[in-house]
Amino acid sequence: MEDGNMELKEIQTLEGHSDRVWSLAWNPATGTSNNPPVLASCSGDKTVRIWEQTPSNGLWNCKAVLDETHTRTVRSCAWSPCGKFLATSSFDATTAIWENIGGDFECVSTLEGHENEVKSVSWNASGSLLATCSRDKTVWIWEVMPGNEFECVSVLQGHTQDVKMVKWHPTMDVLFSCSYDNTVKVWAEDGTGDWHCAQTLGESNNGHSSTVWALAFNAEGNRMVTCSDDLTLKIWKTDDGGMESSNDLASWHHLCTLSGYHDRTIFSVHWSREGIIASGAADDALRVFRGEQ
Amino acid sequence: MVSGLINANPVIYEKKQRRVRRAPSVGDDEHAVEPIDQIEFEARFVRVFIFLTFLNHVRDIKDPEHPYSLEELKVITEDAIEVDDNNSYVRVTFTPTVEHCSMATVIGLCLRVKLMRSLPQRYKVDIRVAPGTHATESAVNKQLNDKERVAAALENPNLVDMVDECLAPSYA
Repeated sequence: MEDGNMELKEIQTLEGHSDRVWSLAWNPATGTSNNPPVLASCSGDKTVRIWEQTPSNGLWNCKAVLDETHTRTVRSCAWSPCGKFLATSSFDATTAIWENIGGDFECVSTLEGHENEVKSVSWNASGSLLATCSRDKTVWIWEVMPGNEFECVSVLQGHTQDVKMVKWHPTMDVLFSCSYDNTVKVWAEDGTGDWHCAQTLGESNNGHSSTVWALAFNAEGNRMVTCSDDLTLKIWKTDDGGMESSNDLASWHHLCTLSGYHDRTIFSVHWSREGIIASGAADDALRVFRGEQ
Repeated sequence: MVSGLINANPVIYEKKQRRVRRAPSVGDDEHAVEPIDQIEFEARFVRVFIFLTFLNHVRDIKDPEHPYSLEELKVITEDAIEVDDNNSYVRVTFTPTVEHCSMATVIGLCLRVKLMRSLPQRYKVDIRVAPGTHATESAVNKQLNDKERVAAALENPNLVDMVDECLAPSYA
């Protein structure tokens, strides 16, 4: 940070994966005083690793290796809000659901249906719905049923290319997807169980001019940041405060564009609860942004 | 690797001589290297290396519609390889044989794999078809530079077999 009151320091390199690590996820139910932080990592080596910090010395250790389930790259992983389940999506066209049973992770369900590589998986805020997306251009919504059953409730078609990432709104059951077709789409349920595309954020709405790789929300859910192969980050806002009272879901519009910070594809972006945006790009740089208030 | 190839292969020597013609004192190989800044030398080496290994591995690829090899068809020339060693950056521009060449993505993938396997990891590589030489130029370029699509393609056994077959001569 320019004002120097923040510093990022490497504390440890976690070694174990034998190929590119594609994605990480913090377990949201950990990191409290009597519950050390846990994160999951997934890799081109077809495995998922669970890492936990040892409170006494602060060092991170690999607690579990989830293997022999996915047969190709594991592209992304996501914890259920309760932290008991981990969903992993793979280039093998499946999504696996793992349950933490007394420290052991057991694959309790495999979601099949996508034609090819599954790129991303996301749980909604209550943990009752799961979304996946694929190179097959579709987004699937799955309902979590009793007994670790997952039922596909909708196959969303609308993207014209590879869908790179899906992400649920932090408080509402509204789904966002971003794609190789340069757009972000907003998906909503109409009250009768049917899902439809409520809005498309494309180049004509000041959107991105190349692949949109990732998106993230602020804690309130009234701002969204997207990152792209066009070397920019874009911030979007909704018309009303928290969307809770809004019946108009197609209310996202462009707020500003952050350009000139990365000079190769921006693959990853996150918005922290404290309001800090971090981006990671193919220029090997991490950038940290804070809004001026 | 550097000295081995240069000493072993007179073609590299010849390319290098041509490249340093602006240096007035250049007379033979020993003198040619000395006045040249190491970085410049490396960049030039990388360029020549890419060019030659590319020729090595594409010389046996036949265009599906023509009895010529890609080398004969000038799919790539030394000038089409730009190296910025200071910034660890390489850009390769290739020219598909015909506007609708269906092999364009495969050729591009071969190039990328070859460079991934040969160059130090610090290099960032862009691969593109020469502007105006392919009907779906931007689509081909986008695919070749999407690391996720490339990674997924390289898990496809049929595609990997095809790439390995193309690259085999370059490892001989």
